[in-house]
Amino acid sequence: MPHLSTYVGLADHSEKTLAESLRAVADGHAAEVDVFHTCHLLAGWSDEHRHLLAPVVARYGEDDVEEPERLHADGLAEVRSGPVGLLRDLQDLHVLATLVQTTWTVVAQGAQGLRDHELLQVATTSNAETTRQLTWLNTRMKAAAPQALIVDP
Amino acid sequence: MNDRIADIHGELTPHARGTVWPARVDLHLEDGLAEDDVDRWVQSACLLCSNGCGCDIAVKDGRMVGVRGRATDVVNHGRLGPKGLYGSTAWSRSSDRLTRPLVREGGRLVESDWDTAMGRVVEVSRRLLADKGPLSHGFYTSGQLFLEEYYTQAVIGKAGIGTPHMDGNTRLCTATSAAAFKESFGADGQPGSYTDIEHCDAIFLFGHNMAETQTVLWTRILDRTRGEDPPRIVCVDPRRTLVAREAEATGGVHLAPRVGTNMALMNGLTRELFVHGWVDEAWVDEHTIGVDDLRAVVEPYTPDHVADVCGLDADDLRRAARIFGESTAVLSTVLQGFYQSHQATAASVAVHNLHLLRGMIGRPGAGVLQMNGQPTAQNNRECGADGDFPGFRNWDNPRHVEELATAWNVDAMTIPHWAPPTHAMQIFRYVETGAIELLWISATNPAVSMPQSARIREVLSADTCFVVVQDLFLTETAELADVVLPAAGWGEKTGCFTNVNRTVHLSEKAVEPPGEARSDLDIFVAYADAMGFTDKDGNPLISWRTPQEAFDAWRAVTAGRPVDYTGLSYDTLRGPTGIPWPVNDEHPEGTDRLYADGVFPTDTDYCETYGHDLLTGGAVTESEHRALAPAGRAFLKAAPYTPPHEEPSEDYPLRYTTGRTAYQFHTRTKTGRSRSLDAAAPDAWVELSVPDAARLGIDEGDRVRVESPRGAIEVRARVGQVMEGAVFAPFHYGHYDPSGGTPDADHRLANELTMTVWDPVSKQPYFKTAACRVVKVRDGDGPAPAPTTTASAPATTQGRRSVPATSGGAPTSSRVLDETPDYPLDPSRDPGTPTATRRP
Ligand code: SF4
Repeated sequence: MPHLSTYVGLADHSEKTLAESLRAVADGHAAEVDVFHTCHLLAGWSDEHRHLLAPVVARYGEDDVEEPERLHADGLAEVRSGPVGLLRDLQDLHVLATLVQTTWTVVAQGAQGLRDHELLQVATTSNAETTRQLTWLNTRMKAAAPQALIVDP
Repeated sequence: MNDRIADIHGELTPHARGTVWPARVDLHLEDGLAEDDVDRWVQSACLLCSNGCGCDIAVKDGRMVGVRGRATDVVNHGRLGPKGLYGSTAWSRSSDRLTRPLVREGGRLVESDWDTAMGRVVEVSRRLLADKGPLSHGFYTSGQLFLEEYYTQAVIGKAGIGTPHMDGNTRLCTATSAAAFKESFGADGQPGSYTDIEHCDAIFLFGHNMAETQTVLWTRILDRTRGEDPPRIVCVDPRRTLVAREAEATGGVHLAPRVGTNMALMNGLTRELFVHGWVDEAWVDEHTIGVDDLRAVVEPYTPDHVADVCGLDADDLRRAARIFGESTAVLSTVLQGFYQSHQATAASVAVHNLHLLRGMIGRPGAGVLQMNGQPTAQNNRECGADGDFPGFRNWDNPRHVEELATAWNVDAMTIPHWAPPTHAMQIFRYVETGAIELLWISATNPAVSMPQSARIREVLSADTCFVVVQDLFLTETAELADVVLPAAGWGEKTGCFTNVNRTVHLSEKAVEPPGEARSDLDIFVAYADAMGFTDKDGNPLISWRTPQEAFDAWRAVTAGRPVDYTGLSYDTLRGPTGIPWPVNDEHPEGTDRLYADGVFPTDTDYCETYGHDLLTGGAVTESEHRALAPAGRAFLKAAPYTPPHEEPSEDYPLRYTTGRTAYQFHTRTKTGRSRSLDAAAPDAWVELSVPDAARLGIDEGDRVRVESPRGAIEVRARVGQVMEGAVFAPFHYGHYDPSGGTPDADHRLANELTMTVWDPVSKQPYFKTAACRVVKVRDGDGPAPAPTTTASAPATTQGRRSVPATSGGAPTSSRVLDETPDYPLDPSRDPGTPTATRRP
């Protein structure tokens, strides 16, 4: 199952990227206090997913073969400024979280095929929380968009 | 002659469970006047808290000179509390009333006239609409205007200008109440009734110091606890309030959780219901969604774990849960200890969960009262001047928006429904970033009442935003405005308002406003006229002129909605009592309590919201909601406990929490101008526990500096009743100084220390969770100016200084009626009403 271990690695890696990026956006837009607090909260969820996955990673080995390199998305090392910048950053987070979600979806399928209950459990619970991360990102973008697009100087 | 400063609740009239609350008529007249001296009595209701006690205003020589409780009113049965008695009319004749518009000239506010002042507003408004569009406009209103005024403002904002930036200070006091209803039941609307007090056998007060915030309602409870077959009281509050003492006296429980840990406590109580089988499984199956998820989320919250997180005794938690689980009819009330604290909406929703699990809703005695802070907060929520959509409509439901567009005869695209309504904290953020360039503030004082007040003052003072303030007085906020409009107050104008249990009162004009002051309704209508807002056919958007016409317009848009006013009119409201909505063909006399049939307004096409993630505030979509097929079932929503945003640290080792006192209301604009009330609580203070005070070397009355990472105050210390590790400060005190010469006036504003952070769902700011440190500045020369008759009472183990009891209110009279009037809808009228449960 070389490919499943690849995807387990991808899940781990993409959650790490998402957590780091959430924290970067939180701190970069700290003046938007709800963004600050919520992004930190959501980053904690991604940490927890990695924590739950750790024993599985130990079992399968984290196979960083070449191909998934192309799947890795770069995180947000730097944030943009201003209302439009916030909107763009939230959009980027949404892309990262979507990668996380699709990764969990396929990992869950693999886990089912292999009857790996532990992995299935991790993938399912993590996926459910990724959905909540995506929902919040959507909600916050919707709130920010009109002002950013129409009024921002 | 009763001193109602010394005796807050007045003479009690204890009575047995299931019997009508007796009537007692309270009266206060200024200047030693007698009842016979009064020229006219004008029907109204008290506007100094959300209880909405029915009263008549005494008029003598064209002036308001006092109030008398209305014996026939279902809310108060004639009673009035100290704020209502002493604070209702004194402000109206103050020499510092605003009587002419002011405009800013060369950095100073100077007297002007209406044409000039309104001309400036209209000129800026027109220019901004042309250059930047509607999102350049923000409105921040109140919880103290009338329904007709909110509705008019809502139509102007939503259909005239088309801005989503409308909110009120209701965001600070009551937003969580509305949000919690929407999450659990699908729409706003108080399920319970005050008459539940007569029928319950247990009352849970969650973060609700009712003995001070709604004194008359508390009297109603005392009349049960001192009567035959009394209910047990359970109090959740970090201070040893009068409510906490009543809990001890009735064999109930006082739970004092660490500030910021309510959610852990609620999860612990919920888990106990599951563990002991105190769940009405059949009812839950039929009437709710989500029980499995709730059970799973609360599972880790064992009594010991909760005791640890909250700093409680695990057995107290068990006892409280048992009272909830074994009583036949439980009434719960909730207020700022939950609404303004960490995880506000989730914790308030958890109160609903307890009731839903036991099927304890919709029958006499078994109910929930999510309270409001301010007297007309409910109307702001109903009418939509706070960002909600009129008639509890769902901004995210295109058909609801279309209904409003039809009613107003405007293009639905004008109505800002393409984004969630902007909440107050975000409105101020948009002012700060320069995106909002016109901010119109009516009847509220954010410079004192908002968190992190130094920041708010800076925002309001910046010259990027044109600030309009309409108010009765030159408040701390008005001082920062570009245009100040003098407003008529209560008794100087006519309008309706609705109290916390849905009871609508008409408040009639008793006297003329001073000088050139105008009603808020007239001001909004004048603005709409000057702006030339029209509907699709070119007719004026605001077609009404008088309060009654505005009421009729409002009534029409409530048809078919939960908040149905169609059966109400000014005529019916001129009767003996206020009337609780819905009032319609089905319920011509009104409705005492909602959800008697266990059917909730959760249907996807009917509900006010599709709901939110309680931890993040992420919005549920229409299709997700439809997939749940709620169809009239209530939601059981769960959330784990998360630690507060600011925990004590080495630098700031104590927990800072703000709150209220019985004698003052809001920022004291009215109560500070009543001599009796002002003298009872003339200046700010902080309360410390005995052990903390001892550790810090602080004695009663010493001057202390209280500091958070955001700011500091210097006031006198009361060594009092807070739990160890907590510091309490009343939020009422800005630099407005009625008696003059108060040395603290410039450094006593409690919100200097609070944080800018809010609940993810209700967006209500958290005033109760900040870390602070306290240091002694110097010895005091007398006791702290805190009342002794309330939760601020000094600790029994007193320090060096003895504290004289609070007293000295002007005379009032109080008369218990031999014959109790007949109260419509009161279940106690019918001796056949079962007070016991329909389920054992
Ligand atoms: S309880 Fe509230 S409404 Fe009633 S008199 Fe007191 S302040 Fe007024």
